[in-house]
Amino acid sequence: MSQHYPVLLVTVPLLSAFIISGLSWVKKSLCFPVALVALGTSVFCAIGLLFKVLDVGVVEYHMGGWMPPWGIAYRIDLLNALVLVAVSSVALVNLVAAHKSVQRDFPEKKGIFYALYVLFAMGLMGITVTGDVFNLYVLLEIASLTAYALIALGKPDRAPLASLNYVFIGTVGACFYLLGIGYLYIMTGSLNMADIASLLPPIYHSKAVLVAFIFCMVGVCIKMAFFPLHTWLPNAYTYAPNPASSVIAPLMTKVMVYVMIRLVFSVFLPDFSFHVLHIGPALVWLACLAIIMGSLLALTQRNLKKMLTYIIVSEIGYMVGGLWLGNRLGMSGAILHILNDAIMTLCLFLAVGNIAYKVKQVGFEDLKGLFRKMPVTMAGFVAGALSVIGVPPTCGFFSKWYLISGAIQAGQYGFMAALLFSSLINIVLFFRVIEIAYFEPMNPLHGVAPKRGIIEEVPLSMLIPLLLVAVSLIVVGIYSGTIVNHIIVPVLPKGIG
Amino acid sequence: MKKIGFIIVCLSGALLLYATQDFPRWGDPNSPANTHVSPRYIQKTLEETDVPNAVTSILADYRGYDTMFETTVIFAAGMSCLILLRVFKRKEEDRYYRHISTGVTLRVKGEKTIPEKSKEFERIDTIWTPYDLIIKTVSRFLVPFIQLFALYVLAHGHESPGGGFQGGVIFGASFIILAIAFDLRTALRRFKEKTDGLLAALGVFIYAGIGALCLLLGGNFLNYKELARIFPFNKIEARAYGILGIETGVFIAVMAVMVCIYVNIVSEGRHDEGL
Amino acid sequence: MEALIHHVVGKYNYWLYIILMMIGLYAMIAKNNLIKKLVGMNIFQTAIILFYVSIGCKKGATIPIIEEHAGMGEHAIRVADYINPLPHVLMLTAIVVSVSTFGVALALAVKIYQQYKTLEEDEILMRLREK
Repeated sequence: MSQHYPVLLVTVPLLSAFIISGLSWVKKSLCFPVALVALGTSVFCAIGLLFKVLDVGVVEYHMGGWMPPWGIAYRIDLLNALVLVAVSSVALVNLVAAHKSVQRDFPEKKGIFYALYVLFAMGLMGITVTGDVFNLYVLLEIASLTAYALIALGKPDRAPLASLNYVFIGTVGACFYLLGIGYLYIMTGSLNMADIASLLPPIYHSKAVLVAFIFCMVGVCIKMAFFPLHTWLPNAYTYAPNPASSVIAPLMTKVMVYVMIRLVFSVFLPDFSFHVLHIGPALVWLACLAIIMGSLLALTQRNLKKMLTYIIVSEIGYMVGGLWLGNRLGMSGAILHILNDAIMTLCLFLAVGNIAYKVKQVGFEDLKGLFRKMPVTMAGFVAGALSVIGVPPTCGFFSKWYLISGAIQAGQYGFMAALLFSSLINIVLFFRVIEIAYFEPMNPLHGVAPKRGIIEEVPLSMLIPLLLVAVSLIVVGIYSGTIVNHIIVPVLPKGIG
Repeated sequence: MKKIGFIIVCLSGALLLYATQDFPRWGDPNSPANTHVSPRYIQKTLEETDVPNAVTSILADYRGYDTMFETTVIFAAGMSCLILLRVFKRKEEDRYYRHISTGVTLRVKGEKTIPEKSKEFERIDTIWTPYDLIIKTVSRFLVPFIQLFALYVLAHGHESPGGGFQGGVIFGASFIILAIAFDLRTALRRFKEKTDGLLAALGVFIYAGIGALCLLLGGNFLNYKELARIFPFNKIEARAYGILGIETGVFIAVMAVMVCIYVNIVSEGRHDEGL
Repeated sequence: MEALIHHVVGKYNYWLYIILMMIGLYAMIAKNNLIKKLVGMNIFQTAIILFYVSIGCKKGATIPIIEEHAGMGEHAIRVADYINPLPHVLMLTAIVVSVSTFGVALALAVKIYQQYKTLEEDEILMRLREK
C-alpha cells in the first residue's frame, strides 16, 4: 500500500468530505469523527511519504497509469514532503481545537463546515504534491473557493464584504497564473513541470517565456499577499470566524510561497530565474519594503487579530527575500521559515481563538489582566510571540539566523537591516500586548462574568492543541540543524552558490 | 482608483501583446502546442480507449484526475452557497393565500398558516404574478423532453460533443424551468433539499469511488483497465465503461448543485418564494 | 511597419482576446457597483477561455471526433485533420471553475445586500466609516 501514499493523501480526505456532507443531512454527530479520521490518515501518509523520500530520493506516481506528459503525474521530493507534513499536521491540530467553537457558533451548519474544511486542507495538500501546472490551478481554485466560503461565515456586517474583496483579488491572481501557464503551453506544448523544464532552455530568450514568468509570479504574489498586493489579507483574516482563520492564516500564504519556490526550482530553472533575468536584487528590495511596511502597519493596530495579520504580511517578505537572495543559506532559511511560520502562526491564532472563546472580543482593551484569568493560553501566546521575535531555542530564531547569514553572504545589507528592524518592531508589538495582559488590572466584566474563582480557562480540547504546538515550536527549533542538513540542503538545485 | 486601474490595465495589456511576437501563427499545424503532446491523443484514442471523441477521452481518462477536482470545485460551490445563505429558522412574516374558487386573496400574519394540501386555498408569492396558462402548460410538456435530451447528451458523449457536465446542466435547467414557470415551492416539492444534498455528495462520490475501486483492484488511481478484473469486458472496453461511469457521477453531481445554487440564491436561503 | 502588420494579421485572435481581457480587468478595478465588478470578472475569465481555445486551432481541420472509417486499414488517422483537443479539455475545467466562483460571489453579494441594502461600494464604505 505504501506506493499509493501520494494518492491516498489526497483521496481519503476527498471521499470523506463527501461522506461528511451526506452525513450532515442524516446524522450530524458523526461529521467530526469522520473528518478527524480523514485528516489523521493524511498525516500518517505524509509522514510515511517523508521517510520514503528520505530513503529513495524522488517518488513519482502516475494517475490513471499514463506516463507524463500525457497523463498527470505526482512528483514528490524532499521539499514537497516537508511542506506536506507541515500542512497536514496543522490542519489536523486545528480541527481538534476548532470543535468546541464550531459547536457554539454555527451548530446547524457544522456538517457542511467540516466538509468545506476537509476540502480546503485537501486542496492545499494537492497543490503541494502535484507535478502538473494545470492540476495546480484546479487545486488552487478548490482551496480558494472553500476559503472564500469559510471566511464569509464570520460576523454578518464585515465578513461577507471582506470575503467578496478577497474573491475579486484572488480570482485576478489565479487568472494571471492561468495566463502564464497558457503562454508556456503555447511555447512548449506541455503541461508537466519536468517536461516544461526540459523544453525551455532553447527558448530562454524569447519574450513569451519572459512574460509567462512575470504573469505566473505576479499571480502567485497576489495569492500570497506580497506587499503591495496584500490588501485583501488583513480584512479577510480578521473578520473570519476563529476556527476558520486559524487554519487559513498559517497555511494559505505559505503554500503559495512553496508554489513560487517550485516554479523557480523546477519549471523555470534557477538558470533562467537568476542568471538570465538578473531580477534577484530587485525582488530582495521589494521584500525589504514588504517587511518594513508590514511591521509598521502592525504597529498602528488596536485589534490583536488584525495586528497578527500584518505580521503575516511581514513574514511573507522574509520568505520571498530569502528565496531571491540566490545563495544556499538564504534559500534554506526561506524553506525552513515555511515550516516555522506555519507553526508560529498556528500557535498565535489558536491562542487568539481561545481568548475570543471566553472574552468574545480581541481588541487591546479586552485583554486587560488576562494572565490571571487564562494563564495557560497566555503562556502559549508568549511562546508564539518569542518565536516570532526570534528568541532561541524557538524555531523562529534559527530561520532568521539562516536568512541573516544568507543576506550577509550575498551582500544584501538592506535585507539584513530590514530583518533586524522587524525583529525590534515585533518585540515592541508583543511586549505591548503582554504588558496589557499581565500588568493591567483585570476587567471583571470581561465578556462573560466569572462565576467562581478567577481562573476560567477554555475547555481541554482547545488547550491541549495549543500546548502541543507551543512545545513543537521548541522541538522543531532544536532539531533545525537536522532538518536543514538532511531535508532542505539536498533539495536545493545545483546551480546555486 | 480609475486612473490607477487604467494604468495597470494598459501595462498588463502591453506586456501581453508584446509577448505575442514570439507566438506561432494562428492555425499553424506545426506549432509546439499541436505537435508535442496532442498527436498521441488523437492517434491513439480509438485504439486505447474505444472512444472516438478525443475530448471526452482526454477529459475522463488521460487527464481524469483533473476532472475529479473540477467536479469537487462545483460541489464546493454548491455547499458554499448553502452554508452562506441558508436560514433554518423562519422569521415572522406575512403569507399570502388565494381562495381558488372566488379568487379572493388572504393575508395571514405571523405564526398561523393554512396547511399546504388544502384544496380551497393555494399559496401565492408576495410579488403577485398573473396566472399564465400558456407558460405553465408549455413548460410542463417540455420538462420531460429536456430531461430525456440531457440523458442523451450524457450517454452519447462518447461519439458526439457532450458528456457529464453538459448533460447535468441541462437536467438541472429542467428543474429551474419548473421553478420559474410555476413557483419555487412546486420545484422544491419534486426535488427536496435533503435529496439535493445527498445526490450532490453521491455524484462526486461515484467518481472518486470508481477511482478508489481501481486502486483497490491493484492498479493506480483511476486506471480503468483494472475494472476488467471484476466486470465482464476486456481491458480496452473497460476504459470506455469507466468513462461512462464517471460521467454519470459528474452528471448527478452537477445537476444537484445547479438546483442547489439556484434555489439558495433566488430565495435568499429561506426556500419559500423565488422569482 | 510591415513586420507589425504581418504580426497583427497573423495573430489577430490573440490581440482580440487580450483586449477583451483588459476590458474585463478594468471593469473589475474601476467600477463601483459590486455586480458590475462581477460582470467584469466574468468577462476576464471568458476572454482567457477564448484565448486558450484559439490555441488549438488548425487551418482546415475539423472537430476532434475520430470519424467512422478512419484508423482501419489504409486510412491512418492524420493528426493535421483534427484540431488539438487538449486546450478544449483544459477550458472545460476553467468554465466550471468560473461558474463556481460566480455562484459563490453572487451568494456573497446577496448577503451584503441583506446587511447594507445597497450594492454600491462607496456607499457601503461610507456606512462602515459612520459606525
